[in-house]
Amino acid sequence: MTTLTMAKAINAGLRRAMERDAKVILFGEDIGRLGGVFRVTDGLQKDFGDHRVIDSPLAESGIVGAAVGMAMRGYRPVLEIQFDGFVYPAFDQIVSQVAKMHRRSEGTVPMPIVIRIPFGGGIGAVEHHSESPEAYFAHTAGLRVLTPSDPQAAYITIQQAIASNDPVVYFEPKRRYWDKGEVDETIDVSDPRQVSTPWRARVVRTGSDVTLACYGPMVRTCIEAAAASGGTSIEVIDLQSLSPLDIDTVVHSVERTGRLVVVHEAASNGGIGAELAARIAERCFYSLEAPVLRVTGYDIPYPPSRLEEHFLPDLDRILDAVDRSLEF
Amino acid sequence: MTGVRTDGNRPAEAVQLLTPEGERVSHPDFDISLSDGELRDLYRDMVLVRRLDTEATALQRQGELGLWAPCQGQEAAQVGSARSMRPTDFAFPTYREHGVTWSRGVAPLEILAMYRGVTNGGWNPLELHCALPTIVIGNQALHGVGYAMGIQLDGSDDAVITYFGDGATAEGDVNEAFVFAADYNAPVVFFCQNNQWAISSPRERQGGGPLYERASGFGFPGIQVDGNDVLAVMAVTRVMLERARSGEGPSLIEAFTYRMGAHTTSDDPTRYRAANELEIWRLRDPIERLKVFLAHQGIADRHYFDTIEHEAAELATLVRDGVRAMPDPHPEAMFDNIYAEPHGLVDQQRRDFLLYEASFADGALQ
Repeated sequence: MTTLTMAKAINAGLRRAMERDAKVILFGEDIGRLGGVFRVTDGLQKDFGDHRVIDSPLAESGIVGAAVGMAMRGYRPVLEIQFDGFVYPAFDQIVSQVAKMHRRSEGTVPMPIVIRIPFGGGIGAVEHHSESPEAYFAHTAGLRVLTPSDPQAAYITIQQAIASNDPVVYFEPKRRYWDKGEVDETIDVSDPRQVSTPWRARVVRTGSDVTLACYGPMVRTCIEAAAASGGTSIEVIDLQSLSPLDIDTVVHSVERTGRLVVVHEAASNGGIGAELAARIAERCFYSLEAPVLRVTGYDIPYPPSRLEEHFLPDLDRILDAVDRSLEF
Repeated sequence: MTGVRTDGNRPAEAVQLLTPEGERVSHPDFDISLSDGELRDLYRDMVLVRRLDTEATALQRQGELGLWAPCQGQEAAQVGSARSMRPTDFAFPTYREHGVTWSRGVAPLEILAMYRGVTNGGWNPLELHCALPTIVIGNQALHGVGYAMGIQLDGSDDAVITYFGDGATAEGDVNEAFVFAADYNAPVVFFCQNNQWAISSPRERQGGGPLYERASGFGFPGIQVDGNDVLAVMAVTRVMLERARSGEGPSLIEAFTYRMGAHTTSDDPTRYRAANELEIWRLRDPIERLKVFLAHQGIADRHYFDTIEHEAAELATLVRDGVRAMPDPHPEAMFDNIYAEPHGLVDQQRRDFLLYEASFADGALQ
């Protein structure tokens, strides 16, 4: 076991994937000499060369569009989009090309592309640097969407994302980049006896009264809320995969607790919480003791950073929803 | 404001080796030497592609195809460039490049399958080294550059041609592709068919200055060629592909041509362009000028031309019969290949769909 920050754990996972497969190449803005604006790719260009860790021009559609061609040539590009709010110029290539190529080609042209995106707020940033656009991508058939919540999960799932023959949008919770955790770097992600599939939710805290479903940056927040809840026994589920969404794990939990609160930073309308609420209503109607509640960012653009603590779900808002669920 | 409309005359600077009258002329920088057999093959390709195009347009009118994007008038640009490629080079066409896909070995019915609505693709791109047509304007320019970067990483001397039209030069992706190609010195030829019209938008609507001159701003050469002259197109494309192979990087070819037909079968060009424009360009037809040249030079005789006409008629029959016989895919196929690996939601919906269909008394899906 090594103690690593999440940023270092992703770095270690990228390194391991590059060692294992010479076709894995990194491509993005400022990822080489600088090591990325969050230093996630720190040292990789030095060790693997500028032919495998490639600094790109400042053009997001170009990064993703070029990656489509690289994948057609047999490479496994791992892309970095510098910030959540800068992915939109690449949205066309992601939705129209990356997501649809495998089906268009009737299975002859896979798109093993990973699009890494630091996402979410809480770091006091300027506009366009704190967004949570995951629902756009989870809504798009052909894409898989993953988000890690701790260093060990990040170390494992970044490698699994790279090994996937489907395109994966990999959302890194940027305010958790500096969180430390124990990471077992001896784990071989290619061995199914050592790791479970990344497309499953993880029960990260067991409880019996209320289920909290969350992902990415909100997992730590929810665990802290559960710990602060006094007499209420709260189960916390890290969804981890937003496409496919692992409904079964949530169903099994809600069948015991009868209550579900979904927590995410993204806005509520048309979001992951809405999807989960609908699915749980379909499958757990007779188990539910209360309506599924959501604690989310408000349906407004991300506010100026001096107001973000009022916007982001925190312990109080989560426990308030837990109370409302229990009192229903 | 309306755009300033030129008369569509071939600009003086465009490379030309065969005049519209079929006269072989020289150019100080470009020349080509083709055997009689190669010249006849180019003629054959263009005649057959035109016949494929004509039949497909008719099949759309008869309701057998959902849509067709005619390439009439652009056969020399498409055949001349694609026939300049090696089998291991890679082409990235758009939806109008039937002369390119034909030249890369895509079967006629595979070309039509997408327009029939039975697939979103039609062939294995990796087998034929020809991408599936890109419909979103300009996307494929970047795919070509990325593929070319992969060629570089492999240390191969293959090269790429990525196709787009004058309208696409306004797209961000095409301009980003220019930047990326220049940055990495990628072995890619940008082949722009300036057919004067992006649906109803005239060439002038896509910004000022000759299109080929834009290359210099990105740091690589651009050249304009008479796109209705198959010899000039081939001469220029060969040089630019060789340039790419030898590590000299990207280039832009502007093939100055004309879309004789509608944008697609849903379009009505009489609403936005003058009839006399079509007449001017009819005199510059790419097939007629080669035919005159072949006949005058004694490279092909009446018997040869009759043979090709006969072959074109056979192709037309094959296309008509083949399209009409093309079966609809099984409805369940719409769930195929969305992902390369199992995906719970899609897999569940496939099962639900089959159960739903099976619930009908007549057992809808046999």
